[in-house]
Amino acid sequence: MLVALLAVAAWPLARTVWFSLTDATLADLGAARFVGWDNYLAYRDGEWFGVLTDPVWWRSVRNTLWFVLISVSLETLLGLITALVLLARIPARPLLQAAVLLPWAIPTIVSAKMWGWLLHDQFGLVNDILLSVGLIARPLAWTADPDLMLGAVIVADVWKTTPFMALLLLAALHTLPRDCYEAARVDGIHPVTVFFRITLPLIRPALIVAVVFRALDALRIFDLIYVLTPNSEYTMSMSVYARQQLVDFQDVGYGSAASTLLFFTIALCTTLFLMLSRPTQGGKA
Amino acid sequence: MSRGLSRAGLYLLAGIIALAAAFPFYYAAITSLKSGDALFSMDLLPRQWHWDNYVAIFAQQPFATTIVNSFWVATGVVSVSLMLGLSAAYALSRNRFRGRRLLMMTILGVSMFPQVAVLSGMFELIRWLGLYNRIGGLMLSYLIITLPFTVWVLATFMRRLPREVEEAAIMDGAGPLTIIWRIFLPPLMPAMFSTGLLAFIAAWNEFLFALTFTLTHEQRTVPVAIALLSGASEYELPWGHIMAASVTVTVPAVVLVLIFQRRIVSGLAAGTGT
Repeated sequence: MLVALLAVAAWPLARTVWFSLTDATLADLGAARFVGWDNYLAYRDGEWFGVLTDPVWWRSVRNTLWFVLISVSLETLLGLITALVLLARIPARPLLQAAVLLPWAIPTIVSAKMWGWLLHDQFGLVNDILLSVGLIARPLAWTADPDLMLGAVIVADVWKTTPFMALLLLAALHTLPRDCYEAARVDGIHPVTVFFRITLPLIRPALIVAVVFRALDALRIFDLIYVLTPNSEYTMSMSVYARQQLVDFQDVGYGSAASTLLFFTIALCTTLFLMLSRPTQGGKA
Repeated sequence: MSRGLSRAGLYLLAGIIALAAAFPFYYAAITSLKSGDALFSMDLLPRQWHWDNYVAIFAQQPFATTIVNSFWVATGVVSVSLMLGLSAAYALSRNRFRGRRLLMMTILGVSMFPQVAVLSGMFELIRWLGLYNRIGGLMLSYLIITLPFTVWVLATFMRRLPREVEEAAIMDGAGPLTIIWRIFLPPLMPAMFSTGLLAFIAAWNEFLFALTFTLTHEQRTVPVAIALLSGASEYELPWGHIMAASVTVTVPAVVLVLIFQRRIVSGLAAGTGT
């Protein structure tokens, strides 16, 4: 197992880092020459070069961070609401849970296409509804207007991944002790107070884990953006940027530099999370 | 009175959630049954049932081959991950050695890898092995996605199993393989099943590697084929075909998910240690 993991994870990663220090191109990987930090940052003839000077790269960093911040917050909020509703004893609950699982089971590409169709500027249902309700005066180009594109990506992502959040939180809610709630009811405490004083503190560890997982996953987003808003720097994420350099522009060195930067960003976040979560886990082990 | 009101509110909320979750897929299914100009009218109920789009994707595109490819890739990845994952989980959950915690954390870390970070290295590896544009290359690269997660979940489940039976087996002189096969596997079957299912869905849905490591129609997997479906001209997107293809590949996944709801929920929960 370790050998397999080394072969498919550690080795390619090491090669990527190496490529990022060379001038490799996709057509001829073997001819790569070592160029040091040139792909990251270089100063030549009075001008700066490299990924770190590329405004498109910084744009993609900004896009990714906004995307992560907004969509993970929305997913957490909506996921929590969904989990609480799923916890309540209502008729047809299995049916509701099945409906909630649906977006999760759908391939991301399919959901990207579906939202592309719903948000279509001329024939999309969303524009049609908004027009007939009178909220907008003319059709909006959700997937082409620079101001709206990131919003469209976020909507599609929230739809797709809220179920994941809801299920994790539901699992946490199921483990809560009942006697606290009984006591609270006997004392006649308002349900909202109960939620903020009992439920929320108790599921906090699970909530943090779920948020971190989603955030790390959202940081590397690629497929949704690639399909829903192709080739637009207004929504380009760090992964999309790196792949474009690597494959479309065939510049393996430069693209590898970008992916290495993304890798270290995520590694840093993961390490921080592990260090912060250690005290809570130490209690259990 | 206020109780009744809050009940009503709860039902309303449940209704909204169900609608929001299911509607986009319903609308895609409706669209896939329309043909010609009807595609651009926004009916919420199907007025006629046209199967033209479904016929078209199988007749005009090698969509059947694509589905078979996806199926083989996912099945292969699941079998390899489960086999490797089981033995690794055994070693990790039963032997106490130095750095075990670190190793577990590394494995969890790998599952958070941005795929694009290994893209160029993986590309080189796959070309070197002669697997470029072959589904074998995809199987190999998908291990990076499914393996860490399989090990993690199986180790979590395995730690919950009692040690006594295993110790008795060791006393009777059973080797590690016998122990895994005869002692662990039977109670672990549900866990194996849910992990396998999750790994299958992950492999079925993967896009970045599939897009980069395949070149021709005949080797593509489902997500790539759908993403690259194009119309007669550059400016015409065949929405009917896209929706038909989407529904075709989603229905099996949805059926699986609906049948095995409970197992998926427990697998997901174990996967994140909650």
